[in-house]
Amino acid sequence: MMHILHKYQYFILYILFSVLMVFSAQQEWINAYIQLVIMYIGINIILSSSLNIVNGYMGEFSCGHAGFIAVGAYVTSVLNVWLFASDRVFGPAILGEYWALTLFPVTLLAGGLIASLVGLLVAIPSFNTRGDYLAIITLAVNYIVKSAIENIQIIGGARGFMGMRKVVNAMQDVWDIPWMMVFILFFTGFTVWIIWRFVSSTYGKGIIAVREDEVAAEIMGVNTRRMKMTAFMLSSGLAGIAGGLFAHVLGYINPGSFTIMKSTEVMVMVYLGGMGSLSGSVISAVLFTVLLELLRPLQVIKWVVIPLMLILLMMFRPEGIMGNRELRDFFPKHDKK
Amino acid sequence: MDFEILIQNILNALQWGSFYALIALGYTLVYGVLLLINFAHGDIFMVGAYVGFFFAILFTGNSFIQIPFDIPLWLVFILTVVLSMIVTSFVGVTLERVAYRPLRRKGANRLYVVITALMCGLILENANLAFFGASRRMFPELIDKTIYTFGTISISNIKIMVIITAIMAFIILELIIRKTRIGMAMRAISYDRVAVPLMGIPIDRVIVFTFVLGSSMAALAGVLFVTAYPVLEPYMGAIIGWKAFIAAVVGGIGEIRGAFVGGFLLGFIEIFVAAFFPSTFRDLIAFSLLLLLLSMKPTGLFGVSRSTKI
Amino acid sequence: MNKTKRNAFIVTLCLSAIICTPMLWAKTSSIKIGFNIPLTGDIPKVGEGSKYAAKMLEEQINKNGGLLVGNTRWPLEFIFEDNEAKAESAIAASLKLITQDRVLGIIGPQASKQAIPAGEICDSYKTPMISPWSTNPQTTTDRPYVFRGCFLDPFQGPVAANFVTNEFKAKKAAVLYDIASDYPKGLAEYFKLSFEKIHGKGSVVAFETFTTKDRDFSAQLTNIIRSKADILFTPQYYDEVPLIVKQAHELGWKNPIMGSDSWGSAELMNLCGNDCKGLFFTTHYAAAGAKGKTLEFINKYRKKYGYTPDDVAALTWDATRLMLQAIQNTKELTGSSRTNRRAIKDQLSKIKNFDGITGEMTFSPEGDPKKCAVVVKISQQGKFEFFKSVCP
Repeated sequence: MMHILHKYQYFILYILFSVLMVFSAQQEWINAYIQLVIMYIGINIILSSSLNIVNGYMGEFSCGHAGFIAVGAYVTSVLNVWLFASDRVFGPAILGEYWALTLFPVTLLAGGLIASLVGLLVAIPSFNTRGDYLAIITLAVNYIVKSAIENIQIIGGARGFMGMRKVVNAMQDVWDIPWMMVFILFFTGFTVWIIWRFVSSTYGKGIIAVREDEVAAEIMGVNTRRMKMTAFMLSSGLAGIAGGLFAHVLGYINPGSFTIMKSTEVMVMVYLGGMGSLSGSVISAVLFTVLLELLRPLQVIKWVVIPLMLILLMMFRPEGIMGNRELRDFFPKHDKK
Repeated sequence: MDFEILIQNILNALQWGSFYALIALGYTLVYGVLLLINFAHGDIFMVGAYVGFFFAILFTGNSFIQIPFDIPLWLVFILTVVLSMIVTSFVGVTLERVAYRPLRRKGANRLYVVITALMCGLILENANLAFFGASRRMFPELIDKTIYTFGTISISNIKIMVIITAIMAFIILELIIRKTRIGMAMRAISYDRVAVPLMGIPIDRVIVFTFVLGSSMAALAGVLFVTAYPVLEPYMGAIIGWKAFIAAVVGGIGEIRGAFVGGFLLGFIEIFVAAFFPSTFRDLIAFSLLLLLLSMKPTGLFGVSRSTKI
Repeated sequence: MNKTKRNAFIVTLCLSAIICTPMLWAKTSSIKIGFNIPLTGDIPKVGEGSKYAAKMLEEQINKNGGLLVGNTRWPLEFIFEDNEAKAESAIAASLKLITQDRVLGIIGPQASKQAIPAGEICDSYKTPMISPWSTNPQTTTDRPYVFRGCFLDPFQGPVAANFVTNEFKAKKAAVLYDIASDYPKGLAEYFKLSFEKIHGKGSVVAFETFTTKDRDFSAQLTNIIRSKADILFTPQYYDEVPLIVKQAHELGWKNPIMGSDSWGSAELMNLCGNDCKGLFFTTHYAAAGAKGKTLEFINKYRKKYGYTPDDVAALTWDATRLMLQAIQNTKELTGSSRTNRRAIKDQLSKIKNFDGITGEMTFSPEGDPKKCAVVVKISQQGKFEFFKSVCP
């Protein structure tokens, strides 16, 4: 029994932490604003760790992450509002509230799936191009996704899409706990776990090999195409899930939220934490979100201070907070002898 | 389609494309020499516009510093352009000295320099917003607008001036790059960075010169832009900068002919799409076309593919 | 447990403690009203006008010791949040005002593009909201907690269409609008509907669009000129109008240009200059020729801030006073924000014949007041002149 507890200690700790969070939110020990910040932290963790797969471990320069977030956000939201909420465009809810609760993870995953298919759009050119040209392609894909959404007038186009709040209310009609908090905590844990598994597997070694020397990796028998495809699809799929969560926390999405600025923010988190370090991405996501909130009273000057700090970081510690080390390197496992 | 509308839109596109071309030239120059995508370039364009604005209101007597004599408006315009180019070059060179050179010295990964460039751009935009406020400014009318009409085609003298200036700037740049020694040095650096200092060429000086050239082009574009579209705002460089960058890459980054053609190409696509489709399709079609072009010719229209030795 | 594990455990515990610290239940000692306005972004003058008018009101009331509710005088505390003229920032600002600052009510956002999403937030968090300037119907539809202080676009569209028909004898119209923003898109469509009802289908010969932040309209204007329309209607904000009007003139447009209430900013003529002289637009009030309380407000504002207040400032003044009146009508403020906000909302819906400087206001069940529109002409001196008034 102790052996099992020891083996799964991190899982258990995380579950305990999550339960504590949800309970505090329910009892309103922590107010709605702090709940919001925690939810944003969760979303940012998913975003920065998913981008880290491509930009960090694989060493590419993908600046279009916001495009995948947008795809996931819109697909999940449109599905949910169509099925679970009465809306001006889509008519009354098709399925009831119990379905809303059970199918919400399904629609989230659907959003992630479509986003990963869009990720293929970027993955395929990456077989032949690297570096700056891939940056352009990812940039262009980001713009194309944003423009495409702007042209679909039925979901509001550039003016945005609303209605997700009704879906969340429907879920809370079944059991009144803060569902978005639950889902975010769950998916954050899920993301970190899946990326950890991915990176420790042959795929992880493969993409690091691609980063170090693609030609040598090819010669050594690494199927670089499959590596790239899997990495891009996983990265964009997770971003899509984060997008779906983001849409339901905010209750309103419009294409203007998913421009280069958003991609830049995610990139900042990745480079801040250290390329190729999962715990780095997690820590930097937390720090970045909290910093953004703490500096809010500065208003506009906030956006002068943050880039300045990043430039200083680039000059004096360009590898980021963690470099490519992991937390485990600081807290090494001691085997009981 | 109506012949006159075609001509009118061609003229519209030539003017709109000139701005992209001028900014793309700056991107290409810096990339060719440093292999650096200077993401702050779009904001240098904005700085050029604002510096021009401040000089213009200074010389037309509208700012709090009063000059004791009146200057004819055409002279104000020329002074504004020249001074703006000079001051903006200072800004560009300062950026290079303060942000890019230390990283270059340390031999940092190119990626970090690009991130730094991105951040510098953000700082420029937001510092402008923070220090000068959010109010929109109007650029004073320095040139008497005359409109020439041929049938239903109208063209203002400003439009003509913009197009001609862009073409002249390109010709001057071509001359500098191909006929002068420092131009030769710039081309040499883009081929082999390591060998150049070994040959006794002061690489730092060449890089500074490149930034001066690039920033002046951006400033020129900035002042021309606010002459044609007189409303200034702090984020005006952001979107135009990104689009000009993509145009430069499609044209073939590192080649100034490519940047020039790429800029006009983007201008044409944008204007003609807006003429026939609802404007929301503009970005979609423009970027899809550009992506298509890139996938067919990955190094860009005029680009030279670089081979890496294993 | 060994040392590193113990440290890790302590760190986690501390982090959790920090996050879970219960909110200090500070006893509210003042009346907090939130303002969700565009202080930066595309239309900062709108935010400035709102803030100045609100601050003027706050000082005036606090000078007398605060607002009298029942038997207690409460000092006023106005909290201004910048929504950067962006929808997602408007939502973030609303959330902050509602959850962190625990305001009793929110004034704003002003532009429909921010007011519509922010309205959804305020409604679902059951916080009363008044948008002084948003004219798009969607802001208040199906939202019991959201009100507005001005007329609606389904009313403004026909006013503009009728005006151009009568004044310019226009039979064919062209429209240039921003398809990416709710207000211009909505109003353009209402205008087209009413114009075609008068002159028949197809009388709007050019219906051209652009996207927010576009600078060059030459392609669209070329089409418009080619269409040989009699007038051009462009319901855009004060930072876009100068570019549109100038480019239209450069391309040879000589016919009248008609605007809407988004034109009415104090900064329009600074940016537009001679090109805008002689043009018309519909709006909420005209400063020139004002009388009584309206004149008092204009003089006080002009004395304090140095320029004539625009319609946004006047509407914000009225909207804030409406909110304060509703608070007074509740006769008592309890300790719970939830009960207070509900009481204020109930009082707001009951308000009748409120004496506003922009007109008398009674809220419909939807939360909209019935107000008159004013058509303004931009004189040759660059001033906004009252031309005529149209009432429902």
